[in-house]
Amino acid sequence: MSSRVISPGVSSDGPNVRSLEAPGLRIGERIIKGLLWTAATLSVVVTTGIVVSLLLPSVAFFQQVSIVEFLTGTIWAPAFAEPSFGVLPIVVGTLMVVLFAMLVAVPVGLTSAIYLSEYAPKRVRKTIKPILEVLEGIPTVAIGLFAFSVLTPLIRELTPFLPWTGPFSIGVAGITVGLLIIPLVSSVSDDAMRAVPMSLREGAYAMGATKFEVALRVVLPAAISGVIAAFVLGISRAIGETMVVLLVAGAGNPVLSFDPTKGIQTMTAYIGSTATGDISQGTITYDSIFAVGALLFLMTLAMNVLAIRLVRRFREVYD
Amino acid sequence: MSDDSEYSSRVALPPRTRTAVKGAREMTEAALSTGDRKKAIRGSIFYAVLLLGLTTALLSIAAMITWAFIAGGPRLNLNLFTNVPSVVTPESAGYRTAILGTLYVIGGVILLIVPLGVGAAIYLEEFANPRNPFNRFVDLNIQNLAGVPSIVFGILGLAFIVRGPLSWGFVAAAGSLTLALLVLPTVILASREAIRAVPSSIRDGSLALGATVWQAVSKQVLPAAFPGVLTGVILAVARAIGEAAPLLLVGAVTFVTFNPQFFEGGYSTLPTMIYSYAKRPQEELQVLAAAGVVIMLVLLIVINSVAIYLRNRFERTW
Amino acid sequence: MPKATTGDTVTAEDEAAATPAVGVGSALIEDRDRRASGVNTFELHNVNVYYGDMLAVKDVSLDIPHNEITAFIGPSGCGKSTLLRSLNRMNDLIAGARVTGDVLYHGVDMYGPKIDPVQVRTVIGMVFQKPNPFPKSIYDNIAFGPRILGMKGDLDEIVESSLRRAALWDEVKDRLKDNAFGMSGGQQQRLCIARAIAVQPDVILMDEPCSALDPVSTGKVEDLMLELKEDYTIVIVTHNMQQAARVSDLTAFFTVAAMDETSNRTGVLVEIDETRNIFSNPKDERTANYVTGKFG
Repeated sequence: MSSRVISPGVSSDGPNVRSLEAPGLRIGERIIKGLLWTAATLSVVVTTGIVVSLLLPSVAFFQQVSIVEFLTGTIWAPAFAEPSFGVLPIVVGTLMVVLFAMLVAVPVGLTSAIYLSEYAPKRVRKTIKPILEVLEGIPTVAIGLFAFSVLTPLIRELTPFLPWTGPFSIGVAGITVGLLIIPLVSSVSDDAMRAVPMSLREGAYAMGATKFEVALRVVLPAAISGVIAAFVLGISRAIGETMVVLLVAGAGNPVLSFDPTKGIQTMTAYIGSTATGDISQGTITYDSIFAVGALLFLMTLAMNVLAIRLVRRFREVYD
Repeated sequence: MSDDSEYSSRVALPPRTRTAVKGAREMTEAALSTGDRKKAIRGSIFYAVLLLGLTTALLSIAAMITWAFIAGGPRLNLNLFTNVPSVVTPESAGYRTAILGTLYVIGGVILLIVPLGVGAAIYLEEFANPRNPFNRFVDLNIQNLAGVPSIVFGILGLAFIVRGPLSWGFVAAAGSLTLALLVLPTVILASREAIRAVPSSIRDGSLALGATVWQAVSKQVLPAAFPGVLTGVILAVARAIGEAAPLLLVGAVTFVTFNPQFFEGGYSTLPTMIYSYAKRPQEELQVLAAAGVVIMLVLLIVINSVAIYLRNRFERTW
Repeated sequence: MPKATTGDTVTAEDEAAATPAVGVGSALIEDRDRRASGVNTFELHNVNVYYGDMLAVKDVSLDIPHNEITAFIGPSGCGKSTLLRSLNRMNDLIAGARVTGDVLYHGVDMYGPKIDPVQVRTVIGMVFQKPNPFPKSIYDNIAFGPRILGMKGDLDEIVESSLRRAALWDEVKDRLKDNAFGMSGGQQQRLCIARAIAVQPDVILMDEPCSALDPVSTGKVEDLMLELKEDYTIVIVTHNMQQAARVSDLTAFFTVAAMDETSNRTGVLVEIDETRNIFSNPKDERTANYVTGKFG
């Protein structure tokens, strides 16, 4: 029989009983847990910070400008001697970007996703997915410059019948943003389609359906909320894009217009070009930056919440 | 389809066989019908459309990269790195201070996101009770922050870091903090995934020996999750390097000809410098901007390759 | 040492009458002495274990004697593992897990306010069903526990003595720096046992320790258990009735009592007795059905 170092031997009094209480206060553990908790709650602090930083100047702004005038006015001229704060022109600018972005990203992203999820052999998928992600990793400044230098002239060449004036174009900006968000739309849709169980596909194949029919009539409808989530996320991203619109659509000219050949200012462009100047705090122009920022934040927040809901509903069905 | 009853009335077949015969006939006719050929054509067209979409995406990437090298070609020489920026004398302008600025700012970002991001991930995965409503709120928060436009973080930086409570002014540290907050959700989400991927058997084994949660995490779980965490951090850094929009608002001033410091004086970074050049009409500055893009692309390719290499090297199959 | 098998002529006589069965040496007499000393490592009184609202284990009362092997047997889903895990407070790790009733360790309420679950797990160790070595060297696996607990003594000695006690030393002494994953399943499980021993517990809990192992490794682990009970109280959960009959002194038979509307199963203790009684002469019909293979 071997012996142990600390051993309650069986003696006539019974074994020595070891204590189950903590040997110390475990302070180190508590401190670490506290530090980690602080790190985790920082995210809440940041959100609060964003909300507060947008809220206070916006409140000051809306004390001078009525919300109705803000949301429905059609002249945006905050820096003029007689300023006007109707936000519609830059909202329309943003929406134009979204429109053209989706015109590009939806077909390309969706078809890429269908191909990768339903058709591509494993090896092809493995090489192509990372390449698509390269597109996502390219800095927006670079893509914006490329679009301005190459895409705009190219598209102008291809569409001489359109009334092009000047080097800027909101339509091209939108198309460029569309290129930018292709990987986003593609990968979220791809995930959604891959989550559809094989059994659904097999059931269809067993009835004699072709791959094309299975993809279009079985998988896509089954993955639809995930795919819509992808589109919504794309919209949110397009709303928030700054550098591309600054470079391709220009930073000036907030005129209410639906003409894609013109350079129109978006909400992000307004913020990005105005806030860099030496605008003094407390002026209404300064506050208008935050008001527009608040509107921007609310729009993207709504889109993101919607997307999360869609993804959750989609996951519930299949998990 | 032919009339089954006519056939089977001619021959007295038991019902099961009758069904089988009918089925076989229909299948054969279906297979031979022209309807099937139309299906095949439609299938091919569809496939072509899919490939077209994919090719468009891939083509644009290729076009972009090619353009950058061609357009920036003329200025791709060592001067790019050693010369200071200038508008007046574009022939002798370079990116030196911008590159240094990027190094400073990104250095600050790394110093911030590693403890804050990995720490938050550790807390949420290992210490927090998932049923606690506050923790679920934190969860939701991080997901939402990941979707906020980058320029809004610039606004946050302007209001709170440059001015407001911190009042650091338009300095490089402000840029670091702003960008760190921007990419923090990415680091947290990636680290959480990496930690979650460590099998619970390792955790259970450590705890069953009498380790505290932190001991189990720091000595077993984190080392095992390290490759995933590292990849997440590197990808976040790569994103931060390319960001310009938020920095426009926190003082990445257009032309800085002096070397940056952390808490004093102006600064600029590579992407903001490119933007400054690109905005201007002069031909030479456009070339300079394109050359800057080349630097960025090379830098990012290197970083991403390092990330992929590290991930493959340390990858562990459980 | 072979234990009494069910075929032997052991009648239901007075415990004090010492009639050793065929093939059993003095160990049986020693066991009786030990038991007679009345020392119980664990005493459970009316213990219920809940996962949230679901009752997993209902109203269990039993005693687990010191330095013997007690086996929990029964069909799957009857809460044996759940009960085992409440003996070293591993259930604390599951959100919503709750234990009511008394779980006494040498008279001390293990779920009392001053009790530290981390310390509990140092004193009461556990070996899991699937061997779970750390992704480190063999040496570092064993040394992990002593290091984090700040145990005094030469680490090399502790590692060697733990590996010897787990009957693994000779097989690995030349490759202590090798990764533990390179070992066979049986070796890994013995490594896990050595790892548990290294922190010098009083109790070793084993949750189906051999179910992932081949028969030869299973035999080695069972031999190991019989040696270890000299110094440790051992509680094992097993699906393998023959294993329980081979190694355990005391056997507790559990079964599924009720299924609520959501088909959640609640486990109850049917009976606990000396192993040979459970297998040759059980008091409850359900036990008899299980051990003769009529169900389960």
